Amino acid sequence: MNPLRLHPMLQTVERCGSHNVASSFPELYLKAFGLMLLSRVLDDKMAAFYRAGKIQGGVFLGRGQEALSVSTGLALRPGDIFAPLIRDGAGRLAFGEPVLDAVRTYLGSALGPMRGRDGNVHRGRPKEGMLAMISHLGAMIAVVNGALLAHRFQKLKGLVGAASIGDGGTSTGSFHEGLNQAAVERLPLVLVVANNQYAYSTPNQRQFACRDLADKAAGYGLSARHADGTDLEDCLRVVAAAVDDARAGGGPQMVVARLLRLCGHGEHDDAHYIDPQLKRSALGRDCLAVAQERLLREGWADANAIRALRLNAAREVDEAVATVQREPPPDPYTEDWCALSSRHLSEGHENPPFPPSHDTNH
Amino acid sequence: MSITYLEAIREAQAKALADDQRVFIYGQDVGAFGGAFKATKNLAQQFPGRVLDAPISEDAIIGAAIGAAIRGMRPIVEMQFADFSAPGFNQIVNQAATLFWRTQVPCPITIRLPSGGTSGAGPFHSQSLESLYAHFPGLIVMTPATVEDAYSMLLEAVAIDDPVIFCEHKRLYYHLKAPALPTEAMPVGKARIHRPGRDLTIVAYSAMLHDALAAAEELAGEGAEIEVVDLRTIKPLDTDTIMASVARTGRLLCVGESFPWGGVTAEVVARVATEGFALLDAPPQRLNAKDTPIPFHPKLWLGHRPTAESVCAAARHLLQM
Repeated sequence: MNPLRLHPMLQTVERCGSHNVASSFPELYLKAFGLMLLSRVLDDKMAAFYRAGKIQGGVFLGRGQEALSVSTGLALRPGDIFAPLIRDGAGRLAFGEPVLDAVRTYLGSALGPMRGRDGNVHRGRPKEGMLAMISHLGAMIAVVNGALLAHRFQKLKGLVGAASIGDGGTSTGSFHEGLNQAAVERLPLVLVVANNQYAYSTPNQRQFACRDLADKAAGYGLSARHADGTDLEDCLRVVAAAVDDARAGGGPQMVVARLLRLCGHGEHDDAHYIDPQLKRSALGRDCLAVAQERLLREGWADANAIRALRLNAAREVDEAVATVQREPPPDPYTEDWCALSSRHLSEGHENPPFPPSHDTNH
Repeated sequence: MSITYLEAIREAQAKALADDQRVFIYGQDVGAFGGAFKATKNLAQQFPGRVLDAPISEDAIIGAAIGAAIRGMRPIVEMQFADFSAPGFNQIVNQAATLFWRTQVPCPITIRLPSGGTSGAGPFHSQSLESLYAHFPGLIVMTPATVEDAYSMLLEAVAIDDPVIFCEHKRLYYHLKAPALPTEAMPVGKARIHRPGRDLTIVAYSAMLHDALAAAEELAGEGAEIEVVDLRTIKPLDTDTIMASVARTGRLLCVGESFPWGGVTAEVVARVATEGFALLDAPPQRLNAKDTPIPFHPKLWLGHRPTAESVCAAARHLLQM
């Protein structure tokens, strides 16, 4: 029994397809590029809304990390587990998250998966395998492990779980505990590390002292692979190989990709601290532009096809935004303020001490 | 034949494992070794593959329990000592407690916390953390004080679709006995009037129930009829039963083993003072441990926590007010 089969997310998954479904590498590459582009367009729209004051809270972009992220999403199948982090818009789309989920969560629609109770990147559909991240870095790794343990108890074979993390997240205790746990239980976990050089404003040299983040894998008895996070082909191949190994029973896998965050930590951050030399280096290449050049150079797509992709992406995002802008915000009057699923054990929601106020909600 | 509080906890887990294939146990040394206190004795042998030793990683232990629950399992997690839930605190209060509210996906995990002081255990193997967890929305906190409740409430904890913090008191493990396992139970969230009386209400929970009962017995010899209420669960808190008792007696003393700043006793006093002020014939009182870490030496330890003697003294004082 696969809960995804009943869910509209699956249709998106099938539309995007897993990389195994793509008949040729150019086809896969083009599909990945399309998702990266959609993610970029969506990000840009959310950033514009932030600047226009239309979004409460933060906006966090995946700019520069789309190639790595989309590779994770495309390597996964229905039934797998995905714990995306804040810069995984492309991977979310590839795994099957509807554009509407992102827009609804950012704009706080009552109809979104989080219904205004949580916002921006803290969204997911856990029942469909898309976990909803909490803000504490590294904390999702053990949750993926637990889901994979459940699969073992339930004798579900051939499923993997992927968790994303950044260079900063590798310094947390949760990261260590989660990786060690996955290794001890030999779980099919794929940990994808995006070393984007800065954790908020803190550079690598203030974050860790090992030569290479991949060295951490050895400490847990894991194998690690490197990927060039600016190169879509490299990301696709490396992440897919790691996922395939995990799926085949090879135990936990780690991928470390080097890239540069091409934006602030959030849209509130101008990222003035990023070393200009890094920006000019190979790390500072925009993976989306690099992938587009490759498509054109190889003749896998022409300029018209790319223009059409861009227009379609813009149309899809605009339609989602137009839809969500007509949707209601959450209503504190109808909100039931109950944190338990066992409603009868929840304190106080049955007999509010004061009559609800109607004039302070707007 | 009789059964101890600890055996009741083991038997409840055995029954949960036998009745429901979704149940598994995860914690440090819980497997073949049977747990630091033997609360999972023989369960790994009885239920192969379903009682898993964990690395010393409380954060990852709780996190994995949450992930397994999302995928349909009903894990029971043993923290070796309640004190060691501190490294798992983030997963408990930020992941487990928020999951349902954020995503509408329930989080049916049971976290067993061997709680409270025992002689010589010191600052890091003696803590009572129920007040801390009760502070967070999204958690249920149980504090069984009897063998029967330890058994039936642990089974309830596993059956409930929300995260349950199950505070079992180590001091009750071996010496508290009942003739047999219970066949029926009070509903979760209901307090019990353990001893009726009309002069003063002592509200207690967990091991403190027994100190309160001893104090009530002592005071009975002095002519005072003390009503003792066992909260059973501190979240949800059965305010109705407390209020009804205070309405009868007009005097409230709330006793807890945890630290004095805030917490269960403060919550009970606050509720009675705000919702039942007119019922009171004297200022409501509370008795807790001292505001220091828990001392190692038995002489200091006895002076740190409330005892039958200090409960007696507080009750006498309140009766004279």
